[in-house]
This record gives sequence, C-alpha cells and structure tokens, in this order.
Amino acid sequence: MLEIKNLQVSYGCIAALHDVSLKVEQGRIVTLIGSNGAGKSTTLRAISGLVRPTAGAIFYNGQSIGGRPAHQLVKLGLAHVPEGRMIFANLTVHENLMMGAYLQRDKAVIQRELDFVFTTFPRLKERDKQVAGTLSGGEQQMLAIGRALMSQPRFLMMDEPSLGIAPLLVKTIFEKVVEINRERGITILLVEQNANLALEISHRGYVLETGHIILEGDSASLRKNTDIERAYLGR
Amino acid sequence: MAEFLQQLINGLALGAIYALIALGYTMVYGVLRFINFAHGDVFMLGAFAGYYLAPLVNRCLPAQSYLGGAIVLVLAMLICAVLGMLIEFLAYRPLRNRPKLTVLITAIGVSLFIEYSCQHEAIFGAAPRKFPDLIPTTAWHFWGLVLSSNQVIVLATTLLLLGGLSYIVKRTRIGTAMRAVAFNEQAAALMGVNINSIISFTFALGSALAAAGGILFAMNYASIEPLMGVQTGLKAFIAAVFGGIGNLPGAALGGGILGVIETYAGGIPGLSNYRDGIAFAILILVLLFRPAGLLGKQQTEKV
Ligand SMILES: Nc1ncnc2c1ncn2[C@@H]1O[C@H](COP(=O)(O)OP(=O)(O)OP(=O)(O)O)[C@@H](O)[C@H]1O
Ligand SMILES: [Mg+2]
Repeated sequence: MLEIKNLQVSYGCIAALHDVSLKVEQGRIVTLIGSNGAGKSTTLRAISGLVRPTAGAIFYNGQSIGGRPAHQLVKLGLAHVPEGRMIFANLTVHENLMMGAYLQRDKAVIQRELDFVFTTFPRLKERDKQVAGTLSGGEQQMLAIGRALMSQPRFLMMDEPSLGIAPLLVKTIFEKVVEINRERGITILLVEQNANLALEISHRGYVLETGHIILEGDSASLRKNTDIERAYLGR
Repeated sequence: MAEFLQQLINGLALGAIYALIALGYTMVYGVLRFINFAHGDVFMLGAFAGYYLAPLVNRCLPAQSYLGGAIVLVLAMLICAVLGMLIEFLAYRPLRNRPKLTVLITAIGVSLFIEYSCQHEAIFGAAPRKFPDLIPTTAWHFWGLVLSSNQVIVLATTLLLLGGLSYIVKRTRIGTAMRAVAFNEQAAALMGVNINSIISFTFALGSALAAAGGILFAMNYASIEPLMGVQTGLKAFIAAVFGGIGNLPGAALGGGILGVIETYAGGIPGLSNYRDGIAFAILILVLLFRPAGLLGKQQTEKV
C-alpha cells in the first residue's frame, strides 16, 4: 500500500533523514520506533506532504506522491494524526470533527462517519459542543484520531498517540487502534516511543536511528531481539 | 445631554467605518500573522470604484435610488474583493515562507505603489473629487438631535455586514476552515484544506468590507482622493490593535470606540484640533494595561 525508497529529508542544511526505505502492506499495522530525534515524525511528515523530501521516492498504491502538498493527499485516503495532536483548540469538538470531513460534501456520509467515531469514542459525543482546547489530554488524543477518521482514510499514520497520556488510557487508545485496523480495514503506520506496546499490536516493525533504518522485521521477532530490548524496551 | 447623544451618534457612524476596515486587518493577521499595510488603500479603491460605478448604474436606474446605491455598494465590494486577492497573489504569496519583516515591508511598498500610481493623471489624479450622492438624503430632527439618513445607512449597512461576516465565519464550512487555518495551518492542510484558497478568501472578505467602508465614508464626507486611505487606514489598524489583533469582535469594538472617542475629543472646545492626539493618548493608556487589546488573549503567542 505504501512504499518508501531511499527517502532523504533536510531542514535547511541539517539532514533529518539520510536513507529511509520501508514498506507497509495493505491491512497491516506497521510500527516505526526509535529514540528522540531519530526522524520518526519527519518520516510521517514527508509521507503526508508537510515536508518535501530532498531525495527518494514515496509510492502510495503504486502512485508516486513524494513532494505533493498535504491537502491533495487527503483525497487519496491518507490521514495523519500529527505529533502533539494539533487539534483546533479554538473550535468545538464538533467543528474539529467537521474539519476532518472537510472534503466530504455528502451530509449522509458525514453523519455515518460521525456515528462511527462516536461509537469508537463515546466520550467525544458527550463533549460535542465543548471547545476542544478545554479537553483533557486523553480526550484531545481521541479527538485527533476521531478527526482523522472523519476523512474516511484507507491509510492512517499516528505519531505517538500515547504521548502524555495516563497508562490506563494508553491501553484503551491502543485497543482502539487495533479495532480501527481490524474492523474498518484501515492500514496503520504507528510511530511510538512506547516500543513494547507498539510491537505488541503491530505486525511489522522498523527501527529508526539518526535518520537510518537500522533494523526491520516482524514485530514478534523484534520483541525478542536483544539489542532492541536493551535500547527501547528497557528490560 | 442632547449634545452628548448627538456626538455619540456621530461617533458611532464614524466608528462603524473604522470597524469595517479594521476587520480586514485583523482577519489577515489571523491567518498570516502580518499586517497588510495596503489595506487602507483598498478602502480608497472602494470609494473610487463607487465613484465610477455610480454614473454607470444611473444609466439604468434613476439617480439617487436605494436600489442603485445598493448595487453600487455590492459591485464595489466585488471589485475590491478581486483586487484584494490579486494583491495577495502577486505581492504576498511569493513571499509566503520568507521572514515576516520581508512581507511587512512589501506591504508598505504595495501601499505606496497604489497611492502614488493612483495619483497619476492617467488613473485618478491627485485632486480631490466630489463623490456623487448615491441615495436621497434627508435628516430627522428630534429631541434636539439631528440624525441624517446617511448616518442611518452607515450604521444599518455596517450591522448587516457584521452579521453576514459573523455568519460566514461561525457557521459555514469555509469560515470554519478560516478559523482552523488561523489556529494551525499544518493541521488544516492535513484535513485537506487548501491553505492558499482560504488565504485568498480571507483577503477577498476583508477587501470587500473595506470597500463598503470606503463607499460609506465617501457618502458622509463627500470628497475622495487617492491618499484618503492613509490616515483612515492607519486609524482602523490602530482600532484593530486596540480591540485585540486577530480577534474579529475586537476589531468591530475597537473601531466603534475609536470613532466615539475621536468625535468626543473633537467636540471639546479649544481642543478640537487635537482630537487625534487625545484619542490616541487614551488608546495608548488602555494598551498599557491590556497589552493584547480589549478582547485579545492576554498570553504570549503560540509558536
Ligand atoms: N522544523 C525543524 N527544523 C529543524 N530541524 C528539525 C525540525 N523538525 C525536526 N528537526 C530535526 O530533525 C531531526 C528528526 O526530528 P523528528 O521530529 O523527526 O524526530 P522524532 O524521531 O520524531 O523524535 P521524537 O521522538 O522526539 O518525536 C531532529 O534532529 C530534529 O532536531
Ligand atoms: Mg516525533
């Protein structure tokens, strides 16, 4: 579904990604782990069109999308829950969700998606009219995911959904990620610092280190890998 | 008492015009975080559009009819909406990712360019012109007050436009997108929002309001010239800062208050020549205590 070949990204003259290649098969959950500053967010930002790659190629369903502006990719079914959630704090929960469905003009479809988001995250329904900036961190994360789902994505990228959220809620969020993947058939690329949990729910994993992929494999085998254990799993 | 009320009416009629212009400054600041110094000139262009449109409209409609006046107003707003989008597209868009100071200086350049090319004989010429009477004018006298029909038109049109703007910004899809872009451009792009079209739309909206302000101003002050936007534009900008830059109700409120203060200051015997000085002294005092403006968020800007 998604394939990246020798991706290179620089901010000014500082290279953030040197050579990243990865592949996400349809229907899978793939996780990208790595320490702070490794380039995980940059990888997602390059895929969703927020930054332009300096070299390399990105293919989405066989179509080259590298360097295309972000707003054009939403139509193709790409959605990105960015790092730090980036909800519209000045809009209500409802308006945030409507922004997620910005390109959808069919009211019936919007209502159907809204119902689906509310079944996944009932809390959002209770807060429908609340200004999003006043939501708790966990609720904001649900809103960020819900907002992305409103665009009916086929491919969903999530950047550290567990960041700054209570452990109990992290578990719920991860269950929802699995549910979204299984029941809706949405392919997921998940970036996480919480490598343990991420490898538990994913099919495949990539380990990124200072802009290079240093390891890849199916998640079960990565969890057994002693290098990863020491570096990321904290055992 | 009658004097007090009379000045209030005059002040509000002037403040309404400041408010209409101030909204454009504040909306553009909201999405692009820079001050479009050419905005006052769009106000001037609106007045001139009305000046040239009036005789054309009068070919089909009797002169000084309300319908004719409304048509002139709407057409001038449309013309300036297009001009506003054009200014953004030609002058500001190529500099989108440059430092804000670069864009700011460009805005000053655009402003000077418009002002001085319009003074050329081939365009408008520098001499003031008499603005045609668009609508029949009367005045009502009651309780010792004078209320001119033009003042009523100014206030009514402004309220109507503010209502329309509020509806667009709060209730429509594109208005929600405008607020989303103002808050976080990248997140809005991830929703599929084409930032460039939202920015164009913002310029169109602000410029249309400035054009309406230009025509209402010309109706009340009768004479127009290419530099008329300099001082009025500056005052409207200050009104926007006073209300809290980036805040729409703040711009409307700031405009209204500035108009009223200025009018009262002008009515103080012996001090009427200092009315701008007095008005701005009061604004500076208020800003000392509320640096973010009346309705602005009292916090440091997000990065
Ligand atoms: N806007 C930017 N300008 C300059 N450098 C940047 C920018 N964004 C990221 N970088 C740099 O690029 C590198 C990769 O950053 P990135 O945000 O992709 O890391 P990450 O793996 O997501 O880290 P974290 O786990 O902390 O979120 C870092 O060295 C960072 O300092
Ligand atoms: Mg990151």
